Amino acid sequence: MAEIVLDGVTKVFADGYEAVKDMNLDIADGEFMILVGPSGCGKSTALRMIAGLEDISAGELKIGDEVVNERAPKDRDIAMVFQNYALYPHMTVRENMGFALKLAKVDKAEIDKKVEAAAETLDLTQHLDRRPANLSGGQRQRVAMGRAIVRDPKAFLMDEPLSNLDAKLRVQMRTEVAQLQSKLETTMVYVTHDQTEAMTLGDRVAVMRAGALQQVGTPAELYDTPRNLFVAGFIGSPAMNFMPAEIASGKLVLPIGEVDVGDLAGDHGDGQVVAGLRPENFEDAEVVGDLKQERGLVFEAEIDLVESLGSDLFAYFHVESEGVQSDQLADLVEDRLDETGAANIREGEEQVVARLEPTSKVRRGERAELWADTAKLHLFDPESGESLKKAP
Amino acid sequence: MGRSNRDYAYWSIAIVVVLIFALVPVVWLISLSLKPPDAITDQRFIPSEISFDNYKSLFEGGISDSPFIKPLINSIGIALITTAISIVLASFAAYAIARLEFPGKRLILAGALAIAMFPPISTVGPLFDMWRSLGLYDTWPGLIIPYLTFSLPLAIYVLVAFFREIPWDLEQAAQVDGATPFQAFTKVIVPLAAPGVFTAAILVFIFAWNDFLFAISLTSSDASRTVPAALAFFTGESSFTQPTGSIAAAAVVVTVPIIVFVLFFQRRIVAGLTAGAVKG
Repeated sequence: MAEIVLDGVTKVFADGYEAVKDMNLDIADGEFMILVGPSGCGKSTALRMIAGLEDISAGELKIGDEVVNERAPKDRDIAMVFQNYALYPHMTVRENMGFALKLAKVDKAEIDKKVEAAAETLDLTQHLDRRPANLSGGQRQRVAMGRAIVRDPKAFLMDEPLSNLDAKLRVQMRTEVAQLQSKLETTMVYVTHDQTEAMTLGDRVAVMRAGALQQVGTPAELYDTPRNLFVAGFIGSPAMNFMPAEIASGKLVLPIGEVDVGDLAGDHGDGQVVAGLRPENFEDAEVVGDLKQERGLVFEAEIDLVESLGSDLFAYFHVESEGVQSDQLADLVEDRLDETGAANIREGEEQVVARLEPTSKVRRGERAELWADTAKLHLFDPESGESLKKAP
Repeated sequence: MGRSNRDYAYWSIAIVVVLIFALVPVVWLISLSLKPPDAITDQRFIPSEISFDNYKSLFEGGISDSPFIKPLINSIGIALITTAISIVLASFAAYAIARLEFPGKRLILAGALAIAMFPPISTVGPLFDMWRSLGLYDTWPGLIIPYLTFSLPLAIYVLVAFFREIPWDLEQAAQVDGATPFQAFTKVIVPLAAPGVFTAAILVFIFAWNDFLFAISLTSSDASRTVPAALAFFTGESSFTQPTGSIAAAAVVVTVPIIVFVLFFQRRIVAGLTAGAVKG
């Protein structure tokens, strides 16, 4: 067990592409750290640098107070679970799990003991003498984890370990990973592109975009106080709604109405801003009590689509706007489309998703009165994408 | 259904034709080898009388007198040594080509291909002179070296194709598990490439075993003459009898090791050995 410190770690590939830019990250001993970001953001490269599978172009990597930049993977005492498991197909489950110990010349009886203990933890005991080809996806995944835990390494590195499983199994394995980590108390660095996994698993989450670290914090911090547009849009499902807004003499002018700026904008003066509001901060005006009506903003909108999930009801509507232009958001578009499937955004309109009480009576194609909890608004600088609210 | 039945019939006919085409010469050879010398020219496909005299004559007189035993030993030895050296060298080379980036990689592959294309006959003359002055003429190494030259490109090409199929991640997993690059190669890559290694081994062995050109040109005595060359020096019982029967018998005998070799390794060529390595 050990802490991992990345100090200005940079990766430049031979073709000049800068995959990871000046990354600074302190991962505490026993911490469960998640690296999350859309594909191509450099999160896997960062993990592979920690593992020693990629050279570090600049900066310093420390595992347990030792600089390991120049060390081969085998000398770093870390275990890694690969996205595609990378099990040795010519070995049985037992041999797969014991391979590292065998290489370390551990006593045969000791290997058996450790492998069997790990197999028990992972519920693989009856499969020990089978080969990976005869196992199901979930079992293979567990063997890959088993191969890591028998070694009792300084740290576990996981590269999207659940992404090849089907949705149901993924949820199940997710809880198993979380339990495993809290039981072993070993430092774990976990890479994923799935923000749900990131939010549910990690002690802390590091959000990456285009090779650069955007924000590091607990899931709650990222959700409540995103530092910029990218983090705001990436964390949360369905994603935060963005709309252009303007601050003019103490008022915030939104496409859905006007509110007092209050302390929302920090020390930002008048001018254009981007406003973000999460779907759950909307409500059907009829459902909200009078008290809440005093603080928020009531507006009318034509409902384009209603999705009822039983526990929740998602209402899609649109507001007139020229749209929000930002590089940071452009990176998110693909991800958001995957999640919501809402591709029917017309020119000059911005689609907004509201999560309403399931008892709400809103109907598709009808106008409805909605309420927005404007105290939960996030305001961002349209140029830099930075949040106007300074992090406490 | 009618369609697939007809397809089935066409395939069956095609297979039977190919089998007959391939097997008739072999059966004919066996038939010849089983006929007594005076019945060789009886024009019957199936011998009227079966005799093993031809086979006996091959092995009569032990190592010193038999025209066949010493060449058989030479053939087995030279082919096995060639195969072993070729596979070891080719697997290193193929691994480097499949896995590493280094300058001149394409040149090496193209060079190997060019050597494989080179007409062997054009090298025989120079080799004959060189080997005589180097003292390699009529020795085992004198044959093993040219065999290596011509079999290595083939082996490298086969192995590169197999190594490329093996996921990078497996090797990296091994390295993270604490293996040196060499251990990762010997304990993970080579076992997984086993079908490729055996395929290459079979091809190299058959190439060395069947060669006649180098064997006839670069040898002069039983010290290193291999079976294909030795067959050409068979003589009949007297100067008036053709050695047809004993040549046929020898041909049958030299085919046996090839069949054994292929069958032995074929068991190890299990398709899809890498199944289950990656993905779900």
